[in-house]
Amino acid sequence: MANDLRIFHISPNKNKAFTWGDILALLLIVALLYIGVRIAFNAPAEITGPEISLSPGSLPWYAVLSVGRMTAAYLLSMIFTLLYGRTAAYNHRAEQILMPLLDVLQSVPILSFLPVVLLSFSAILPEKIAVELASIVLIFTSQAWNLTFAWYQSLTTIPQELKEASSIFRLNTWIKFKRLELPFSMISLVWNSMMSWAGGWFFLMAAEIFTVGSKDFRLPGLGAYLSKAASQSNYTAIALGIGTLILTVVILDQLIWRPLLAWADRFKVEMIENDNPPGSWFYDLIKNSFLTRWLSRRLFYPVAEWIDRKSLQRFPIVEKSTDNNRSQKLIGAILIGIFGIAILYFVYQTTEMLISLPPGQWRSVGLGVLATFLRVSVALIIALLWTIPLGVAIGMNQKLASVLQPIVQVTASVPATALFPVIILLVINLPGGLNLAAIILMLMGTQWYLLFNIIAGASAIPQDLKYTARLLQLSRWQRWRTLILPGIFPYLITGAITASGGAWNASIVAEYQHLGGRTLEVNGIGALIADATASGDYPLLLAATLAMIITVILVNRLLWRRLYALAEEKYRMEV
Amino acid sequence: MADILLSLENVCQEYGTGSRKFTAVEDVNLQLTDGEFVALLGPAGCGKSTLLRIITGLQKASSGKVLYRNNLLVGVNPHSSIVFQTFALFPWLSVIDNVALVLKVKGVEEPTRSKKAEELVDRVGLDGFETAYPRELSGGMRQKVGFARAMAVEPELLCLDEPFSALDVLSAESLRGELLELWTEGKIPTKSILMVSHNIEEAVFFADRIVVMDKDPGRIIANHVINLPHPRQRKSPEFQKNVDQVYALLAGQTRSEREEYGSAPGEPGITRRLPGVDIGDLAGLLEHLEELDSEKHDIYLLEEELGVESNDILLLTEAAELFGFASIAKGDIEITPLGTTFAEASILARKEIFASRVRRLPLVKWLLRMLQNSEDKRLKREVIFTALGLEFPPDEAEKQIMTLIKWGRYAELLSYNDETEMIVLETSKETIN
Repeated sequence: MANDLRIFHISPNKNKAFTWGDILALLLIVALLYIGVRIAFNAPAEITGPEISLSPGSLPWYAVLSVGRMTAAYLLSMIFTLLYGRTAAYNHRAEQILMPLLDVLQSVPILSFLPVVLLSFSAILPEKIAVELASIVLIFTSQAWNLTFAWYQSLTTIPQELKEASSIFRLNTWIKFKRLELPFSMISLVWNSMMSWAGGWFFLMAAEIFTVGSKDFRLPGLGAYLSKAASQSNYTAIALGIGTLILTVVILDQLIWRPLLAWADRFKVEMIENDNPPGSWFYDLIKNSFLTRWLSRRLFYPVAEWIDRKSLQRFPIVEKSTDNNRSQKLIGAILIGIFGIAILYFVYQTTEMLISLPPGQWRSVGLGVLATFLRVSVALIIALLWTIPLGVAIGMNQKLASVLQPIVQVTASVPATALFPVIILLVINLPGGLNLAAIILMLMGTQWYLLFNIIAGASAIPQDLKYTARLLQLSRWQRWRTLILPGIFPYLITGAITASGGAWNASIVAEYQHLGGRTLEVNGIGALIADATASGDYPLLLAATLAMIITVILVNRLLWRRLYALAEEKYRMEV
Repeated sequence: MADILLSLENVCQEYGTGSRKFTAVEDVNLQLTDGEFVALLGPAGCGKSTLLRIITGLQKASSGKVLYRNNLLVGVNPHSSIVFQTFALFPWLSVIDNVALVLKVKGVEEPTRSKKAEELVDRVGLDGFETAYPRELSGGMRQKVGFARAMAVEPELLCLDEPFSALDVLSAESLRGELLELWTEGKIPTKSILMVSHNIEEAVFFADRIVVMDKDPGRIIANHVINLPHPRQRKSPEFQKNVDQVYALLAGQTRSEREEYGSAPGEPGITRRLPGVDIGDLAGLLEHLEELDSEKHDIYLLEEELGVESNDILLLTEAAELFGFASIAKGDIEITPLGTTFAEASILARKEIFASRVRRLPLVKWLLRMLQNSEDKRLKREVIFTALGLEFPPDEAEKQIMTLIKWGRYAELLSYNDETEMIVLETSKETIN
C-alpha cells in the first residue's frame, strides 16, 4: 500500500523552480479564468436553489443523484485521460506543453475555480443544467490529473520489446490499445481511479452545498441534505445523512473497487506469482457465476470480436512514407500561432481588468492570502502533531493496526466537506467562532492524507532496522531521531503536499458560511472569493482567484518540491 | 543462383546531431538469399540489433536503401517476424491467446484461428500448456511461445534476436536442436532466417554464412561461409576449425601501441572504448594461460576451458592485450612476460602493475589530468559524463565511466562516492606520467 498513496507526481525538472512550459501553462490558466469571468458578467444576480426534503425516504434518491454526478465526472475524466495521456506520450512536441500544464493544473486549488465556473455556466445555460454541469466539471478537475499522469507514465514505460512486438505483428491502434496499452496500465489506472473517486467526493459535497449571498448554487444530493439538516439543527437527519453517505462509500468500495482490484491483478507485468493477491468476496462470487459466463459467451465475446474485426478491416496498419510531413508541420505551426495570439490577447485583457482594481482591494487580497496562509499552516501543524504519533503507533504495531485501520478508513471515507455544516453548527458558539471552525474544517480536509502516509511510512521501516534500534538500546528520543523520523520523512512530505493542497481548497468553503440566514466570514482569500461571487464584483473575483492560485503554486514549487527532492534523494529506503 | 530476398545498400544509422553525432552502423551492404540461414555476429555495441531493426522496418535507417524482393521497404516489413531475446510475450494473455492474437490481426477468423493456434502450440511441443500464462512457464517454454507466435504469421524472413541468450544452458541447447529440426526439415514456410548472436559456437552451429561485425563504428568486417552438413558435430575438427577462424576475425591482431590505445577525448582520432572487464576475471584468464604448456593458445578453446561465453572471452582477451599482458594473432593468444609476472604476483603487487599499465591509457590519463586540474582534485560524475558524451553515445559513456571508476578504484588512482556522485583523485598518487 506504501506506493499507492504517492499520487503526487514531481516532474524531472526538480532543480528548476519554473520552466517555459510552466509559464505557458500558467498563462493558459489565466486566459481560461479571464474567459470565465468575462462570461460571468452576464450571470443572473439571484439564483434560487432547489427545495431539499429532509424526509429519510428521499435519502436513497439523493444518494443516487450524488453518485450519478460522480459517475458522469469520472467517465469524462477517463475519456480526457485516455486522449490527453496518449497524445502526450506519443507526440514529443505536444508532450513539452501538455505535461507542464498538467503539473500546474494538479497543484492548483481546484475549489477556487468553483465560483468562476458556476457563474459563467449560469450566465449561458438554464440554472439547473448550469449548476449540474458546473459540479461535474469541478469533480472532473479533481479526478482527471492523477489519472492522466498514471496513464501517461504507463504508456511511456511500456517495455521496448513489447512495443516492437506489436509493431512487427501489425497490431492496429485499437488492438494495441486493447491488448497492450490498457492491460499494461490497468493496475495503476484502477488504483488512481479509487484515489480520484475518493477525492471527488470532497469536491462534490462542496459543490452541492455552495451558497453565497443571494446566489444559491446548491444541488439536490447528500451534501445539500446534510447542509439543510445542519441549518435546521436536525440531529436525526444529520445522523441519517452521514450514515447514508458512509454506506454509499462502503458499498461502492465493496461492489466496485475491491472487485476491480482483484480482477486487475491479472495484468501485473512481473513474471512471478504473487503470494498475496488482492481479494474480493464479491469478485469471487460473480467470477464463476452462471450469469457472468453466459453473458461473456453470448454477449461480451461476440461484441468484442465484432469490434476487433471491424477495426482491423476499417483501419489496417498503413505503411506511410514520411513525405507529407511538411504540410502537417505548417498547419501545426499556424494553429499554434493562432492559439498563442489568443492567449496573449486574453492575458492582456486580464491585465487591463486587474489594473482597474482599486488599491484598497489589492490590499485586502494581500491580507486575505496572508490570513489564509497562516490558517493553513496552523491546520497543518495541528494535523502533524496528532497524526505523527498515532500514525507511527499504528504503522509499527501490527496488532494495533488491525484494530484501528478499518476504523480510520471508514472515518476518512467521509468527505470532509459533507461535515462542514455540521461542524459549524457545533463550534460556532465557542470562543474563536468561525476562525476556530475554519481551522477545524481545514484540518478535516488535510489530516487523513497525512495519517495514511505516515502509517504507510512507519510500516515500511524494515524489521531488521527496528531490531537494531532495540539492540543498540537507543533511548526513545534517539530512536525517533535516527530511525522513525528519517524513515517516515518521504511519506510525510508526500502526505503534507496533498494535505496543504486540501487545506487551501477547503478555505473557499471554510471561511465563508451561511447559518440560519446569517452570513459569517473571517478574513481570508477564500472568504474574499466567496464575497466577490456574492456581490458580483468580477474583477475582484479574478484577482483573488489568481492570487490564490499563484500563491499555492509558489508554495508548491519553492517549498514542497524542494523538500520532496530532498526526501527522494536522501531518505529513500531501498528494499 | 537462388533469388535475393533482401538486400541492404549502403545503410548507415546515426544518432544525435552536431558534435554529438554517433555512427551506430556504417555503410552496410548485405544480401540474404532464399534458403539461407545467416548469423549476424559481433561484440556488444557493434550495431547488430540495430541492423535487425532496420531490416524488419522497425527502425528507419538514416541513409541507404533496404530492398525486399527488389522493392524499397516502407514501414514494417509484413513478410518478416521476430523472435525476441526477452520473449516479448503479453503477460496477461495465455499461451494460446498470445499466438491467436497474431492470427486475429492477420485476419484469420474463428474457428480456424483456434485450430491453427493449437497446431502451432503443439508444433513447438507445448501441448497441455495452452491455457497457462507466461509467468507460469520456464524461460525455455516462454521462448517456445515466442517461436510459435513468430511462425504464426508464416514469415518469409524470420529474424531471431539473440533468442537463446536469456535462457539457461540446458533449455537453450534443446531449443536450438528443435529450431534446427524445424528449419532443416522444411517444416516451416520460412525462406530465410537471420539470427543475431554474440555466441560464436551458436553461430557456427546454425549458419550457412556468418556476417562478422565490429564496433566503433558498427560495420561488417567479414563474411564467413560454412559448408558443413547439418546436424553439425561440435567436437568435430571441421566445426572447431570454423570456430577458430571466426575467433581470429573477431579477436583481431595486436597492433602498435599507438593504434591499440586510440586517442584521448577531445583529441583527433578515435577514442577507444575500454573493455569493461573485472580485474579479478582478467587475473583468472592470465593464471589459466600461464599454467598452460604451449606458448600459443587457441582462443576458442578458452570458451570451454573457462566456462565463459564467447563475447566475454573476447572482452577479456581484448583487455589483456590492451594492458600488454598478452598478444593476439590469428585467433591465438600468447601471454607476455609482463602477463606472467602479473599472474604470479601478490595482490598488492598486482595493483602496482595494474596501476602502472592503466595510467598509460589515454582515457585514464585524460581523466587524471582533469581531476588534477580541478579544484579540490575532485569532479562531479556528471562532468565526466558530459565530456565523454562528445565521444560516445549516452549509454556507452555511462559504461565507460563505470569502467574508469572500477579500474581507478582497483589501481587506487581515484575514489568515488556514490551518494555525492563525486570522483576524487587519490592524493598519494598525484603524479601523472
